[in-house]
Amino acid sequence: MSSVAVPPVVDEPLHRRLGVTDQELGVIGTKLGRAPNDLELAMFSVMWSEHCSYKSSKPLLRTLPTAGEGVVAGPGENAGVISIGDGLAVAFKIESHNHPSAVEPYQGAATGVGGILRDIFTMGARPIAVLDALRFGDPSDPHTRHLVNGVVRGVGGYGNCVGVPTVGGELVFDPTYGGNPLVNVMAIGLLEERLLTLASAPGPGNLAVLFGSTTGRDGIGGASVLASATFGADEPSKRPTVQVGDPFAEKLLIEASLELIERGLVEGLQDLGAGGITCATSETADRAGTGILVDLDAIPRREPGMAPFEVMISESQERMLAVVRPERWDDVHEVCRRWGLPSAIIGRVTADGDVTIVEGGLDPDGRPNQGAVELARIPAPALTSEAIVHDRLATPPPRRRAAPAPGSDVEPTAGLPERGMDPGAVLVSLLGGPNLSSRHWVHEQYDSHVQANTVAGPGRGAAVLRIKGTTKALVAATDGNQSVGRVDPWLGAALSVAEATRNVSITGARPLGVTNCLNYGDPTRPEAFWQLQEGVRGLGDACRALGLPVTGGNVSLYNESPTGAIAPTPEIGVVGLLDDVATCVGPGFTAADDSVVLVGSSTPGLFGSAYAELAGLASEDGPPSLDLSRERALQAFIREAIARGLVASAQDVSGGGLAVAIAEACIWGPDAGIGAVLRLPIAGAPAVELFGESPSRLIASCRPRHAPALILLARQHGLPVDELGTVGGDRLLIELAGLGATGAAEERGSRIADAVDVPIADLAHAWWSGLARALGEDGQSASLPEDR
Amino acid sequence: MVRIGVVLFPGSNRDIDAVNALRVAGAEPVVLWHESADLQGVDGIVLPGGFAYGDYLRAGVIARFSPVMQAVAAFADGGGHVLGICNGFQVLTEARLLPGALLRNRSLRFVSREIAIMAERLDSPFTRAIDARRPLRMPVAHGEGCYYADADALDTLEAAGGVLFRYVHLDGSVAGGEEDRANPNGSLRAIAGVTNAAGNVAGLMPHPETAVETVLGTDDGLGIVRSLVDSAAERAHGDRPVVVTIGAR
Repeated sequence: MSSVAVPPVVDEPLHRRLGVTDQELGVIGTKLGRAPNDLELAMFSVMWSEHCSYKSSKPLLRTLPTAGEGVVAGPGENAGVISIGDGLAVAFKIESHNHPSAVEPYQGAATGVGGILRDIFTMGARPIAVLDALRFGDPSDPHTRHLVNGVVRGVGGYGNCVGVPTVGGELVFDPTYGGNPLVNVMAIGLLEERLLTLASAPGPGNLAVLFGSTTGRDGIGGASVLASATFGADEPSKRPTVQVGDPFAEKLLIEASLELIERGLVEGLQDLGAGGITCATSETADRAGTGILVDLDAIPRREPGMAPFEVMISESQERMLAVVRPERWDDVHEVCRRWGLPSAIIGRVTADGDVTIVEGGLDPDGRPNQGAVELARIPAPALTSEAIVHDRLATPPPRRRAAPAPGSDVEPTAGLPERGMDPGAVLVSLLGGPNLSSRHWVHEQYDSHVQANTVAGPGRGAAVLRIKGTTKALVAATDGNQSVGRVDPWLGAALSVAEATRNVSITGARPLGVTNCLNYGDPTRPEAFWQLQEGVRGLGDACRALGLPVTGGNVSLYNESPTGAIAPTPEIGVVGLLDDVATCVGPGFTAADDSVVLVGSSTPGLFGSAYAELAGLASEDGPPSLDLSRERALQAFIREAIARGLVASAQDVSGGGLAVAIAEACIWGPDAGIGAVLRLPIAGAPAVELFGESPSRLIASCRPRHAPALILLARQHGLPVDELGTVGGDRLLIELAGLGATGAAEERGSRIADAVDVPIADLAHAWWSGLARALGEDGQSASLPEDR
Repeated sequence: MVRIGVVLFPGSNRDIDAVNALRVAGAEPVVLWHESADLQGVDGIVLPGGFAYGDYLRAGVIARFSPVMQAVAAFADGGGHVLGICNGFQVLTEARLLPGALLRNRSLRFVSREIAIMAERLDSPFTRAIDARRPLRMPVAHGEGCYYADADALDTLEAAGGVLFRYVHLDGSVAGGEEDRANPNGSLRAIAGVTNAAGNVAGLMPHPETAVETVLGTDDGLGIVRSLVDSAAERAHGDRPVVVTIGAR
């Protein structure tokens, strides 16, 4: 047996240096019936990493609802797939690339896009859209700016080149991400259902074919080292483990893969991501109940002298493993050649259930040559479906604040707005802040139109993509909520699901399914594991309440740095279907004299709101509560209202509260924006009513003649509804009405203005210039566009 | 039906958009593979956007040496109509089929947004079907789109009517320099598209082919695509009037 080159021995045994615990080593020995050799240990170390094995999260993920109408492929496959009629299906998934992006932001983000795209086209779907959910620390910090710049360039550099439009996502700043940014990327693909291809390796005797880029030393141990450990002070030493992306190669890989599938030339297809060849061979074999015999010498390499373990766990990008019937090899090879991609037979499917690595070649029948040496033999399930699972300890933090229960009598937040604070000025500040201002500085670096499907691109609540040849459209959104999640991880997750699905529903589309990227801390810390447990519970509860399946996702743990763990951040991606794209409704007001209607009502609690961050907040305050049945009713209402043609615009009330939602609807109005004259009946504190972020609310506008029907429909759905006023003019006027408002303010002795009264031009300017100013990127962005 | 070739280089990605737009404009798109010099008897050619051969060295620089480009050059020499869009424009300047060069955007960033252009003249093969000299809204998406030539060359180009499109404000006034958002890449004299001396080869950086259906926000690009289709049809079939059916497939 040849020796495996590993880093020089220090004092620690090899398994620990590879991130395998003593206990895990014992289990490996039990599964093999012997001690693993060094190559086998390296293979186990990647496959049993948190990133590949989900060893901490698996028991939690099993509790999620996965069944739903039209679900063709769910968790465990490369991406979720849901049928959308006309013989078509949508494939979608969100995934993290947090740690690589923290080390090398451009390549980290670029390869994040590449990886999730491969998960999509591996299934036979053409990628049609990317959404990127990005979270960073303080935007004034030079290091944050370096990361933002690199990540945005990386997402754009890759997506623009492969020709997949980036149509949405988020950019959020919160000090919690100062030491550990989050880069989550969602991809969506469209496929003919008959072409659905699974990542399995059926048929002993079939060929294992590797095509795409050659295998090099980049990304060695990415899964185990980068994705599955907390950042320490030795961060730069991890640089060689970040992969390098080649979007041109990916574009060729997309076209070649889709052609192979379309022509029926492959039996199974799997992309190579974390864990490289080890992962692709063991997962495909395990899914089919087969084994794979790998001929190490046959793997095309980009550099000489690579040790077997380096070849087997390399995470070189833009590679695919295809399972091919021997008689189709010539055709497969020709397709790859035409697309300029190297391809090689690297092994055979076997019936023995093992992943076996030999050196010395295979004979024409696929058996090891005489004199060939067996380097490793591991039962495929031991690496994948039967990998170790840990029962982690979950302990809530000692002083946990509970969210107020719905309807409970909680003291309205006192003292806000602060003495002398003008709500109009607060509104301008919020709109111009780093989190609520226009994201155009980011979006304009992404090609959002390529493929000619983009009905609504980035910058609104949801992206809308028409489906050529049909009247239908896909609608997609991502949302996450770390602000509330930090005190109530259940609520943070449930709110994220509520907001993402609401953003899809308010276009008129019916949400189809949910994908999620769970960004949490070190699961071996009981408090961090409790946060994950609560987050998954919130995700499951919300999805069950809304009747939606979770079709897949990704778990990113160990999001910690020397400055601490991130606030729990479940990032939720939702895809919905609009039967008739012509009925699609946008968030901006559309015409003067339209009626403006508020549906839903606010609940007390300002914790986690943009207002609280701006104004400073009493620490005893809690977050607003969430009533999932109310949320479900709200979404059903707006879909029905849009389908009946009653709605001119619909805007979700979320970050910045009602005032910001209305201001955005004005700014996004026709031409350079349009004003509104509104009267807001309020019962509680003005700050809660204007800037609170209670969920399950929306602002709709409609032709005046439709207002009675719209209001009636809301009541039929059991929803509170108020007609606030009309669209028109060039100012936003919101008069606060009701005893609770001015009365309470007077009692406290503050001198707040009774109304918001701001020119739309001022709101637009603040909103337009805020992000560039926060990032120190003023310049061309400073001038207002003629049209937004 | 008029057959228009869409050249597919490895790395082309707006071929999808071009094929769609040609169908909307009533033509039959024919995909032309970069390794083949056989143009399959097409009546006109579109070089689509994308990153031909990865564009790692410089946009368009490798594509000009491909077999298909030898055939495209011969087709253009014979008077055939060739429209290069975005990366296709870059390829045509690299191949010296169009004057000038496309440099990195002055912002040094990729730029993707809706802009407006206006045709300088409506009597060219690439603008004849545009209804009026008005701002046409369509997206741009490129990193190297700053049109550049020296001042004498620009004067000569303008005098010869070689400037086909300029970036404009929504009121129709010509955009300023790089500090003006209406000029997305800092192109000299706000030039968005040019044609050759013979008038049968044209290129532009914006994407008319992604702006041919109102469902996507604007169909202002359709006039440009239809112009190519009409011109190719006329050349192929003599002066026979061309009936173009508008409507998505």
